[in-house]
Amino acid sequence: MKFGIVVFPGSNCDHDAYHATKHVLGQDAEFLWHKDTDLKGADVLILPGGFSYGDYLRTGAIARFSPIMSEVQTFAAKGGPVLGVCNGFQILLEAGLIPGAMLRNRTVKFVCAQVNIRVEQTDTPFTCAARRGQVLRMPIAHGEGNYFASPDVLAKLEANRQVIFRYVTPEGEPTDEANPNGSINSIAGLCNNARNVVGLMPHPERACESSLGSADGLVLLESAVQSIKDGAFGRPDAPALLESA
Amino acid sequence: MRARVFVTLKPSVFDPQGKTIADALHSLGYGGVEDVRQGKYFELDLATQEAAQARKLAAEVADKLLANPVIESYRIEVE
Repeated sequence: MKFGIVVFPGSNCDHDAYHATKHVLGQDAEFLWHKDTDLKGADVLILPGGFSYGDYLRTGAIARFSPIMSEVQTFAAKGGPVLGVCNGFQILLEAGLIPGAMLRNRTVKFVCAQVNIRVEQTDTPFTCAARRGQVLRMPIAHGEGNYFASPDVLAKLEANRQVIFRYVTPEGEPTDEANPNGSINSIAGLCNNARNVVGLMPHPERACESSLGSADGLVLLESAVQSIKDGAFGRPDAPALLESA
Repeated sequence: MRARVFVTLKPSVFDPQGKTIADALHSLGYGGVEDVRQGKYFELDLATQEAAQARKLAAEVADKLLANPVIESYRIEVE
C-alpha cells in the first residue's frame, strides 16, 4: 500500500513521515507537493508537521487553500484515511475537516517535550491496531496546541466518541499537570464524524524507533496498513463500537 | 476605499497572550488595567469607491480568511 505525504512550504516533518512509512514500516511512500492536484494513487494521506506558510495569520490558515487541499477534501469525503500531525492537524481544523480550533498554549510558550497520550477509541484507521486505554509516549513540539471548541460542539464530540487521544500521566490519568498546553478536556487528538480523518498534536512519526526514545508512534501507521488490508477504514460499526455496546 | 478589519477572540475564548500582557502590566504597577484582549488589525486597500461594496467585500474576506469563526469575531470600518 502507499502513503502520500503532502508537502507544504514550511513543512518540516515530511521527511520524518516518509522515513517512518518507507524505511521503518517498509511501505510505499511518496511526497505530494501542495501545488499538485494528483494524489498519485495514495491509499493513506499524511499532512505532516511544520510551519506551513510560516504560521502567518493563524496556523494552517493559508495552507488549507493550497491546490492539493481540494483533492484531500474529496479523498476524505469518500472515506479515505487522512492523518494530520501537529501543523497537519491545525490545517485539518482550519479546513473544517475536524471541528474546533487551536489557541496559543496556555503558557504562551512553544513546548518541546515527551508526553503520554491515551488511546480513547480504536475504531479509526489510525488506532485499529492499538488497545483502548493504551498509553503511548511520543514528542510534542508546538506553540498553538491549546485545543478549543464551544461547549455544544465539545459535548457532541464526546458523545460521538470523536476524542481519539488525551494527554495523560504515564499511568493513564488525564490530570491537569499532564496537559502540556491547556487543551480542553485534555484533548490531544480527534477524528471527524465519519472517523476516517484523524488529527493529533503529538508526533507519532518521530516515535517509530526505540533508538529515538520511543517506538510507540508506530502503532498509528501500522493501524493504517491494517485498515487498508481489512478495507475497514471509516466504518462507523468498527470493533470498538461493538465492544462498548 | 480603505477598509479596516479588527479581529478579536470571542469573549468566551481564553486569550493566553492577553492574560500575559495584563500580568506584565500589573507587575509594572498598572493595576488600573483590569484586563487585556489581544487581537489583529488589517488594512485593506480596495478598488471600489462604494462604501457598501467595500464593506461587503471586507466582510467576505474576513469570513473566508482573516478570522476563524470558531474562536474569533470581527468589526469593519470603511472610509
